Amino acid sequence: MSDSGDVGRLVIPGDSLGEIGERRAGHGVLRRNGELIATRLGHLKEQGGELSVHPVHTAYTPRPGDLIVGYVEGMRSNIWFIDIGGPFNAILPMSLAAGKVDFGATREYMDVGSTVLCRVQEVDENHGAVVTMKGMGLRKLNSGFVDTLPSHLLSRVVGVDGRMLKSIKEASDCRMVVGQNGRIWIEGDASGTRLARSALSVIREAGHRPDIESRVRGILEQ
Amino acid sequence: MGGYGDVQMLNEDGTRMDGRRPDELRKIEIEAGVVPVADGSARIQWGTNMAIAAVYGPMEAHPRKISRQDRAVLDVRYNMAPFSVTDRIRPGFNRRSREIGKVTANALESVVQLELYPRSKIRVEIEIMCAEAGTRCVGLTAASVALADAGIPMTDMVVSVASGKVNGVVVLDLNKEEDNYGDADLPMGILPNSGELVFLQMDGNLSPDDFQEAWDYNMGAAKEIHEIMVAALAARYGGDA
Repeated sequence: MSDSGDVGRLVIPGDSLGEIGERRAGHGVLRRNGELIATRLGHLKEQGGELSVHPVHTAYTPRPGDLIVGYVEGMRSNIWFIDIGGPFNAILPMSLAAGKVDFGATREYMDVGSTVLCRVQEVDENHGAVVTMKGMGLRKLNSGFVDTLPSHLLSRVVGVDGRMLKSIKEASDCRMVVGQNGRIWIEGDASGTRLARSALSVIREAGHRPDIESRVRGILEQ
Repeated sequence: MGGYGDVQMLNEDGTRMDGRRPDELRKIEIEAGVVPVADGSARIQWGTNMAIAAVYGPMEAHPRKISRQDRAVLDVRYNMAPFSVTDRIRPGFNRRSREIGKVTANALESVVQLELYPRSKIRVEIEIMCAEAGTRCVGLTAASVALADAGIPMTDMVVSVASGKVNGVVVLDLNKEEDNYGDADLPMGILPNSGELVFLQMDGNLSPDDFQEAWDYNMGAAKEIHEIMVAALAARYGGDA
Protein backbone atom coordinates (compact mmCIF):
# COMPACT_ATOMS: atom_id res chain seq x y z
CA MET A 1 0.00 0.00 0.00
CA SER A 2 1.69 3.12 -1.09
CA ASP A 3 -0.92 5.69 -2.03
CA SER A 4 -3.04 7.89 0.16
CA GLY A 5 -6.16 5.94 -0.87
CA ASP A 6 -5.43 3.67 2.09
CA VAL A 7 -5.67 6.50 4.59
CA GLY A 8 -8.14 5.60 7.32
CA ARG A 9 -7.48 1.88 6.93
CA LEU A 10 -6.91 -0.20 10.06
CA VAL A 11 -3.27 -1.28 10.26
CA ILE A 12 -1.62 -3.64 12.71
CA PRO A 13 1.99 -3.75 13.95
CA GLY A 14 4.33 -4.97 11.23
CA ASP A 15 2.08 -3.99 8.31
CA SER A 16 4.02 -2.65 5.35
CA LEU A 17 2.88 0.84 4.34
CA GLY A 18 4.82 0.80 1.08
CA GLU A 19 8.02 2.41 -0.15
CA ILE A 20 9.21 5.49 1.71
CA GLY A 21 9.36 7.66 -1.41
CA GLU A 22 8.73 11.30 -0.53
CA ARG A 23 6.88 10.47 2.67
CA ARG A 24 8.07 10.87 6.25
CA ALA A 25 7.50 8.44 9.12
CA GLY A 26 5.29 9.94 11.82
CA HIS A 27 3.85 8.59 15.06
CA GLY A 28 3.43 4.81 15.02
CA VAL A 29 5.44 4.38 11.81
CA LEU A 30 8.98 3.04 11.40
CA ARG A 31 11.45 3.11 8.49
CA ARG A 32 12.93 -0.29 7.73
CA ASN A 33 14.78 -1.44 4.60
CA GLY A 34 13.38 1.36 2.46
CA GLU A 35 9.84 0.69 3.61
CA LEU A 36 7.48 2.28 6.08
CA ILE A 37 6.18 -0.15 8.72
CA ALA A 38 3.24 0.37 11.11
CA THR A 39 4.18 -0.19 14.74
CA ARG A 40 0.78 0.33 16.30
CA LEU A 41 -2.74 -0.91 15.91
CA GLY A 42 -4.75 1.99 14.54
CA HIS A 43 -5.99 3.94 11.58
CA LEU A 44 -3.62 5.33 9.00
CA LYS A 45 -3.31 9.10 8.61
CA GLU A 46 -1.38 11.19 6.10
CA GLN A 47 -0.81 14.86 6.65
CA GLY A 48 1.70 17.09 4.92
CA GLY A 49 3.63 14.13 3.54
CA GLU A 50 3.87 12.49 6.96
CA LEU A 51 2.35 9.07 7.40
CA SER A 52 1.23 8.22 10.93
CA VAL A 53 -1.02 5.81 12.78
CA HIS A 54 -3.84 7.11 14.93
CA PRO A 55 -3.87 4.36 17.58
CA VAL A 56 -7.13 2.74 18.65
CA HIS A 57 -5.70 2.25 22.13
CA THR A 58 -2.84 4.02 23.81
CA ALA A 59 -1.41 4.71 27.24
CA TYR A 60 -1.86 8.25 28.55
CA THR A 61 1.22 10.38 28.02
CA PRO A 62 1.18 13.55 30.12
CA ARG A 63 1.64 16.92 28.44
CA PRO A 64 2.03 20.27 30.19
CA GLY A 65 -1.34 21.91 30.70
CA ASP A 66 -3.40 18.68 30.77
CA LEU A 67 -6.25 18.69 33.26
CA ILE A 68 -6.23 15.29 34.94
CA VAL A 69 -7.79 13.30 37.76
CA GLY A 70 -5.13 11.59 39.88
CA TYR A 71 -4.98 9.34 42.90
CA VAL A 72 -2.50 9.80 45.73
CA GLU A 73 -0.30 6.72 45.77
CA GLY A 74 2.24 7.73 48.38
CA MET A 75 3.90 10.68 50.01
CA ARG A 76 7.05 11.99 51.66
CA SER A 77 7.40 14.93 54.01
CA ASN A 78 7.04 17.49 51.23
CA ILE A 79 5.64 15.75 48.13
CA TRP A 80 2.86 13.40 47.07
CA PHE A 81 3.22 10.72 44.42
CA ILE A 82 0.21 10.85 42.13
CA ASP A 83 -1.02 7.98 39.97
CA ILE A 84 -2.03 9.77 36.77
CA GLY A 85 -2.97 6.62 34.84
CA GLY A 86 0.11 6.73 32.63
CA PRO A 87 3.32 4.73 32.48
CA PHE A 88 4.87 6.90 35.19
CA ASN A 89 3.67 8.46 38.43
CA ALA A 90 3.76 12.24 38.80
CA ILE A 91 4.85 14.25 41.80
CA LEU A 92 2.87 16.98 43.50
CA PRO A 93 5.18 19.15 45.62
CA MET A 94 3.83 20.58 48.84
CA SER A 95 4.33 24.07 47.41
CA LEU A 96 1.91 23.33 44.55
CA ALA A 97 -0.94 22.03 46.76
CA ALA A 98 -4.21 23.97 46.79
CA GLY A 99 -3.70 25.42 50.29
CA LYS A 100 -0.90 25.86 52.76
CA VAL A 101 0.63 22.59 53.89
CA ASP A 102 3.24 22.33 56.63
CA PHE A 103 6.40 20.33 56.08
CA GLY A 104 5.78 16.78 57.34
CA ALA A 105 2.01 17.20 57.32
CA THR A 106 1.32 15.93 53.81
CA ARG A 107 -0.60 12.90 55.07
CA GLU A 108 -2.95 15.08 57.08
CA TYR A 109 -3.81 17.06 53.96
CA MET A 110 -4.17 14.15 51.51
CA ASP A 111 -3.70 10.47 52.33
CA VAL A 112 -3.16 7.46 50.07
CA GLY A 113 -6.28 6.94 47.92
CA SER A 114 -7.33 10.61 47.86
CA THR A 115 -8.57 11.84 44.50
CA VAL A 116 -7.26 15.12 43.13
CA LEU A 117 -8.18 17.29 40.21
CA CYS A 118 -4.90 18.76 39.06
CA ARG A 119 -3.04 20.04 36.05
CA VAL A 120 0.26 18.84 34.56
CA GLN A 121 2.79 21.60 35.12
CA GLU A 122 5.85 20.15 33.44
CA VAL A 123 7.17 16.93 31.94
CA ASP A 124 10.91 16.33 31.75
CA GLU A 125 12.87 14.33 29.18
CA ASN A 126 12.71 11.24 31.42
CA HIS A 127 8.90 11.34 31.41
CA GLY A 128 8.86 12.61 35.00
CA ALA A 129 5.79 14.81 35.46
CA VAL A 130 5.03 17.49 38.02
CA VAL A 131 1.39 18.31 38.68
CA THR A 132 -0.10 21.35 40.36
CA MET A 133 -3.26 22.15 42.27
CA LYS A 134 -2.72 25.90 41.92
CA GLY A 135 -5.38 27.09 39.51
CA MET A 136 -9.06 27.71 39.18
CA GLY A 137 -11.18 24.70 40.12
CA LEU A 138 -8.22 22.47 40.98
CA ARG A 139 -8.91 20.69 44.26
CA LYS A 140 -9.14 17.52 46.24
CA LEU A 141 -12.27 15.65 45.15
CA ASN A 142 -14.24 14.59 48.21
CA SER A 143 -17.50 13.61 46.58
CA GLY A 144 -18.80 12.15 43.33
CA PHE A 145 -17.59 9.20 41.30
CA VAL A 146 -14.66 8.65 38.97
CA ASP A 147 -15.22 6.56 35.85
CA THR A 148 -12.48 5.67 33.43
CA LEU A 149 -12.32 5.60 29.67
CA PRO A 150 -9.36 4.89 27.37
CA SER A 151 -7.75 8.26 26.75
CA HIS A 152 -8.03 7.90 22.96
CA LEU A 153 -11.85 7.95 23.30
CA LEU A 154 -12.00 11.27 25.16
CA SER A 155 -12.65 13.23 22.00
CA ARG A 156 -15.79 11.11 21.59
CA VAL A 157 -17.00 12.05 25.09
CA VAL A 158 -16.46 15.73 24.45
CA GLY A 159 -17.76 15.64 20.88
CA VAL A 160 -17.63 18.44 18.33
CA ASP A 161 -17.52 21.81 20.17
CA GLY A 162 -18.28 19.97 23.43
CA ARG A 163 -21.79 19.09 22.28
CA MET A 164 -21.69 15.44 23.40
CA LEU A 165 -20.45 16.28 26.90
CA LYS A 166 -23.04 19.03 27.19
CA SER A 167 -25.87 16.68 26.24
CA ILE A 168 -24.70 14.03 28.76
CA LYS A 169 -24.50 16.67 31.49
CA GLU A 170 -27.95 18.05 30.69
CA ALA A 171 -29.64 14.65 30.42
CA SER A 172 -28.10 13.33 33.64
CA ASP A 173 -28.14 16.62 35.56
CA CYS A 174 -24.60 15.85 36.76
CA ARG A 175 -21.43 17.88 37.09
CA MET A 176 -18.70 16.28 35.04
CA VAL A 177 -15.01 16.96 34.56
CA VAL A 178 -13.19 15.10 31.81
CA GLY A 179 -9.56 14.48 32.72
CA GLN A 180 -7.16 14.18 29.80
CA ASN A 181 -5.87 10.95 31.37
CA GLY A 182 -9.17 9.18 30.75
CA ARG A 183 -10.64 9.65 34.22
CA ILE A 184 -13.99 11.37 34.33
CA TRP A 185 -15.37 12.82 37.54
CA ILE A 186 -19.16 12.69 37.84
CA GLU A 187 -21.19 14.23 40.63
CA GLY A 188 -24.96 14.09 40.84
CA ASP A 189 -27.79 12.01 42.24
CA ALA A 190 -27.79 8.21 41.87
CA SER A 191 -30.03 8.02 38.79
CA GLY A 192 -28.15 10.84 37.03
CA THR A 193 -24.79 9.24 37.76
CA ARG A 194 -26.12 5.93 36.47
CA LEU A 195 -27.30 7.56 33.23
CA ALA A 196 -23.98 9.35 32.71
CA ARG A 197 -22.09 6.14 33.36
CA SER A 198 -24.22 4.18 30.90
CA ALA A 199 -23.49 6.82 28.23
CA LEU A 200 -19.76 6.47 28.99
CA SER A 201 -20.08 2.71 28.86
CA VAL A 202 -21.53 2.94 25.33
CA ILE A 203 -18.60 5.14 24.30
CA ARG A 204 -16.18 2.66 25.86
CA GLU A 205 -17.65 -0.24 23.91
CA ALA A 206 -18.35 1.43 20.57
CA GLY A 207 -16.37 4.68 20.65
CA HIS A 208 -14.52 3.75 17.47
CA ARG A 209 -17.73 3.33 15.45
CA PRO A 210 -18.98 6.19 13.27
CA ASP A 211 -22.56 6.00 14.63
CA ILE A 212 -21.50 6.58 18.25
CA GLU A 213 -23.35 9.90 18.58
CA SER A 214 -26.70 8.38 17.70
CA ARG A 215 -26.06 5.43 20.04
CA VAL A 216 -25.34 7.75 22.99
CA ARG A 217 -28.32 9.92 22.10
CA GLY A 218 -30.47 6.77 22.16
CA ILE A 219 -29.29 5.97 25.73
CA LEU A 220 -29.87 9.54 26.91
CA GLU A 221 -33.38 9.69 25.43
CA GLN A 222 -34.52 6.40 26.99
CA MET B 1 8.79 -37.18 23.44
CA GLY B 2 7.94 -40.12 25.60
CA GLY B 3 10.07 -42.62 23.77
CA TYR B 4 7.16 -44.82 22.72
CA GLY B 5 8.44 -44.93 19.17
CA ASP B 6 6.35 -47.93 18.16
CA VAL B 7 2.97 -46.30 18.88
CA GLN B 8 1.29 -46.04 15.49
CA MET B 9 -0.14 -42.53 15.07
CA LEU B 10 -0.52 -42.29 11.31
CA ASN B 11 -3.24 -43.93 9.25
CA GLU B 12 -2.44 -45.96 6.17
CA ASP B 13 -3.53 -43.11 3.89
CA GLY B 14 -1.00 -40.79 5.58
CA THR B 15 -3.56 -38.87 7.65
CA ARG B 16 -3.17 -38.45 11.39
CA MET B 17 -5.25 -39.83 14.29
CA ASP B 18 -7.44 -36.72 14.32
CA GLY B 19 -7.93 -36.88 10.53
CA ARG B 20 -5.58 -34.03 9.65
CA ARG B 21 -3.03 -34.10 6.86
CA PRO B 22 0.64 -33.83 7.99
CA ASP B 23 0.74 -30.16 6.96
CA GLU B 24 -2.61 -29.18 8.45
CA LEU B 25 -3.19 -26.96 11.48
CA ARG B 26 -5.81 -27.55 14.13
CA LYS B 27 -8.77 -25.17 14.01
CA ILE B 28 -7.79 -21.76 15.42
CA GLU B 29 -10.14 -19.05 16.67
CA ILE B 30 -8.95 -15.77 18.19
CA GLU B 31 -10.99 -13.06 19.84
CA ALA B 32 -9.46 -9.77 20.99
CA GLY B 33 -10.63 -7.63 23.91
CA VAL B 34 -12.13 -10.32 26.13
CA VAL B 35 -10.93 -8.92 29.49
CA PRO B 36 -12.60 -5.53 29.94
CA VAL B 37 -10.41 -4.38 32.84
CA ALA B 38 -7.15 -5.09 30.99
CA ASP B 39 -5.52 -2.62 28.61
CA GLY B 40 -5.45 -5.34 25.98
CA SER B 41 -6.47 -8.98 25.90
CA ALA B 42 -7.11 -11.96 23.66
CA ARG B 43 -8.70 -15.37 23.89
CA ILE B 44 -7.42 -18.13 21.67
CA GLN B 45 -8.95 -21.49 20.95
CA TRP B 46 -6.44 -23.70 19.19
CA GLY B 47 -7.81 -27.20 18.74
CA THR B 48 -8.72 -28.14 22.30
CA ASN B 49 -6.20 -25.67 23.76
CA MET B 50 -7.70 -22.54 25.23
CA ALA B 51 -5.76 -19.58 26.60
CA ILE B 52 -6.44 -16.03 27.67
CA ALA B 53 -3.74 -13.36 27.56
CA ALA B 54 -4.12 -9.97 29.23
CA VAL B 55 -1.78 -6.98 29.04
CA TYR B 56 -1.55 -4.21 31.63
CA GLY B 57 0.53 -1.08 31.23
CA PRO B 58 2.89 0.48 30.50
CA MET B 59 2.86 1.30 34.19
CA GLU B 60 5.22 2.39 36.94
CA ALA B 61 7.68 -0.46 37.54
CA HIS B 62 7.31 -2.00 40.98
CA PRO B 63 9.43 -3.00 42.78
CA ARG B 64 11.69 -0.12 41.74
CA LYS B 65 14.77 -2.33 41.57
CA ILE B 66 13.45 -4.10 38.44
CA SER B 67 13.11 -0.86 36.47
CA ARG B 68 15.61 -0.01 33.74
CA GLN B 69 16.68 3.57 33.01
CA ASP B 70 16.70 3.11 29.24
CA ARG B 71 13.70 0.90 28.56
CA ALA B 72 10.60 -0.76 29.90
CA VAL B 73 10.67 -4.24 31.38
CA LEU B 74 8.36 -6.92 30.08
CA ASP B 75 6.97 -9.00 32.92
CA VAL B 76 5.48 -12.16 31.44
CA ARG B 77 3.68 -14.67 33.61
CA TYR B 78 2.60 -17.99 32.09
CA ASN B 79 0.31 -20.12 34.18
CA MET B 80 -1.70 -23.27 33.65
CA ALA B 81 -5.00 -23.38 35.51
CA PRO B 82 -5.23 -26.35 37.90
CA PHE B 83 -8.15 -27.71 35.86
CA SER B 84 -6.44 -27.28 32.47
CA VAL B 85 -5.21 -30.88 32.35
CA THR B 86 -6.58 -34.20 33.51
CA ASP B 87 -4.01 -34.48 36.33
CA ARG B 88 -4.63 -31.47 38.56
CA ILE B 89 -1.73 -28.99 38.45
CA ARG B 90 -0.70 -27.50 41.76
CA PRO B 91 -1.49 -23.76 41.58
CA GLY B 92 1.42 -21.34 41.44
CA PHE B 93 4.76 -21.13 39.69
CA ASN B 94 6.81 -24.16 38.84
CA ARG B 95 10.01 -24.73 36.91
CA ARG B 96 8.18 -25.21 33.60
CA SER B 97 5.97 -22.13 33.90
CA ARG B 98 8.97 -19.96 34.78
CA GLU B 99 10.86 -21.28 31.76
CA ILE B 100 7.96 -20.63 29.39
CA GLY B 101 7.38 -17.17 30.87
CA LYS B 102 11.05 -16.40 30.30
CA VAL B 103 11.23 -17.62 26.68
CA THR B 104 7.93 -15.86 25.88
CA ALA B 105 9.31 -12.60 27.31
CA ASN B 106 12.50 -13.00 25.28
CA ALA B 107 10.49 -13.55 22.08
CA LEU B 108 8.23 -10.55 22.71
CA GLU B 109 11.17 -8.29 23.67
CA SER B 110 12.41 -8.69 20.09
CA VAL B 111 9.39 -6.81 18.74
CA VAL B 112 8.04 -4.56 21.52
CA GLN B 113 9.55 -1.05 21.35
CA LEU B 114 10.53 -1.04 25.01
CA GLU B 115 12.82 1.97 24.60
CA LEU B 116 9.76 4.22 24.28
CA TYR B 117 8.80 3.67 27.92
CA PRO B 118 11.97 3.89 30.05
CA ARG B 119 11.60 3.01 33.75
CA SER B 120 8.19 1.44 33.27
CA LYS B 121 6.77 -2.06 33.17
CA ILE B 122 4.45 -3.91 30.80
CA ARG B 123 2.73 -6.85 32.44
CA VAL B 124 1.62 -9.79 30.29
CA GLU B 125 -0.47 -12.51 31.91
CA ILE B 126 -1.05 -15.77 30.04
CA GLU B 127 -3.52 -18.19 31.56
CA ILE B 128 -3.93 -21.61 29.99
CA MET B 129 -7.50 -22.73 30.60
CA CYS B 130 -7.36 -26.01 28.68
CA ALA B 131 -4.15 -27.71 27.57
CA GLU B 132 -3.61 -30.17 24.77
CA ALA B 133 -0.01 -29.83 23.51
CA GLY B 134 1.62 -26.68 22.20
CA THR B 135 0.51 -24.32 24.98
CA ARG B 136 3.70 -22.23 24.79
CA CYS B 137 2.89 -21.48 21.14
CA VAL B 138 -0.74 -20.78 21.97
CA GLY B 139 0.25 -18.47 24.85
CA LEU B 140 2.83 -16.55 22.81
CA THR B 141 0.41 -16.03 19.91
CA ALA B 142 -2.35 -14.84 22.27
CA ALA B 143 0.08 -12.51 24.07
CA SER B 144 1.06 -10.96 20.75
CA VAL B 145 -2.59 -10.17 19.91
CA ALA B 146 -3.19 -8.83 23.43
CA LEU B 147 -0.14 -6.52 23.14
CA ALA B 148 -1.41 -5.13 19.84
CA ASP B 149 -4.87 -4.70 21.38
CA ALA B 150 -3.29 -2.76 24.27
CA GLY B 151 -1.74 -0.33 21.78
CA ILE B 152 1.82 -1.30 22.68
CA PRO B 153 4.17 -0.26 19.83
CA MET B 154 5.69 -3.30 18.14
CA THR B 155 7.75 -3.72 15.00
CA ASP B 156 5.83 -6.89 14.09
CA MET B 157 3.46 -9.46 15.53
CA VAL B 158 4.87 -12.76 16.83
CA VAL B 159 3.30 -15.95 15.56
CA SER B 160 4.24 -19.17 17.25
CA VAL B 161 3.67 -22.68 15.95
CA ALA B 162 5.30 -26.08 16.33
CA SER B 163 6.07 -28.96 14.03
CA GLY B 164 7.40 -32.36 14.99
CA LYS B 165 8.10 -35.87 13.88
CA VAL B 166 5.74 -38.78 14.34
CA ASN B 167 6.46 -42.33 13.17
CA GLY B 168 9.26 -40.97 10.99
CA VAL B 169 7.03 -38.38 9.30
CA VAL B 170 7.28 -34.62 9.87
CA VAL B 171 3.91 -33.18 10.87
CA LEU B 172 2.65 -29.70 11.65
CA ASP B 173 1.01 -28.64 14.94
CA LEU B 174 1.28 -31.73 17.13
CA ASN B 175 -1.71 -32.86 19.18
CA LYS B 176 -1.42 -34.39 22.63
CA GLU B 177 -0.69 -37.97 21.57
CA GLU B 178 1.80 -36.86 18.91
CA ASP B 179 3.51 -34.60 21.45
CA ASN B 180 3.69 -37.31 24.11
CA TYR B 181 4.69 -40.27 21.95
CA GLY B 182 6.28 -38.60 18.90
CA ASP B 183 9.98 -38.46 18.04
CA ALA B 184 10.59 -34.68 18.07
CA ASP B 185 8.99 -31.29 18.61
CA LEU B 186 10.14 -27.95 17.15
CA PRO B 187 8.24 -24.88 18.43
CA MET B 188 9.17 -21.61 16.73
CA GLY B 189 8.28 -17.92 17.14
CA ILE B 190 8.14 -16.20 13.76
CA LEU B 191 7.72 -12.60 12.64
CA PRO B 192 5.29 -13.08 9.75
CA ASN B 193 6.12 -9.91 7.83
CA SER B 194 9.90 -10.19 7.86
CA GLY B 195 10.17 -13.98 8.25
CA GLU B 196 12.63 -13.51 11.14
CA LEU B 197 12.85 -15.99 13.97
CA VAL B 198 12.56 -14.84 17.61
CA PHE B 199 12.09 -18.13 19.40
CA LEU B 200 13.15 -21.69 18.73
CA GLN B 201 13.27 -24.75 20.93
CA MET B 202 13.74 -28.38 20.00
CA ASP B 203 12.89 -31.52 21.87
CA GLY B 204 13.97 -34.90 20.44
CA ASN B 205 16.05 -35.57 17.37
CA LEU B 206 15.55 -34.32 13.81
CA SER B 207 17.82 -34.95 10.84
CA PRO B 208 18.86 -31.85 8.83
CA ASP B 209 16.27 -32.73 6.14
CA ASP B 210 13.51 -33.25 8.70
CA PHE B 211 14.49 -30.01 10.41
CA GLN B 212 14.20 -28.16 7.10
CA GLU B 213 10.80 -29.70 6.45
CA ALA B 214 9.54 -28.80 9.95
CA TRP B 215 10.95 -25.28 9.45
CA ASP B 216 9.08 -24.91 6.14
CA TYR B 217 5.84 -26.18 7.70
CA ASN B 218 6.14 -23.63 10.54
CA MET B 219 6.96 -20.76 8.18
CA GLY B 220 3.96 -21.58 5.99
CA ALA B 221 1.61 -21.98 8.96
CA ALA B 222 2.78 -18.66 10.46
CA LYS B 223 1.26 -16.76 7.53
CA GLU B 224 -2.02 -18.65 7.96
CA ILE B 225 -2.16 -17.90 11.71
CA HIS B 226 -1.17 -14.27 11.13
CA GLU B 227 -4.26 -13.82 8.94
CA ILE B 228 -6.44 -15.13 11.79
CA MET B 229 -4.74 -12.69 14.23
CA VAL B 230 -5.32 -9.78 11.86
CA ALA B 231 -8.97 -10.78 11.38
CA ALA B 232 -9.48 -10.91 15.17
CA LEU B 233 -8.14 -7.37 15.62
CA ALA B 234 -10.11 -6.09 12.64
CA ALA B 235 -13.30 -7.66 14.03
CA ARG B 236 -12.78 -5.87 17.35
CA TYR B 237 -12.11 -2.47 15.84
CA GLY B 238 -14.52 -2.63 12.94
CA GLY B 239 -11.96 -2.40 10.19
CA ASP B 240 -10.82 -4.61 7.36
CA ALA B 241 -7.08 -4.71 7.90
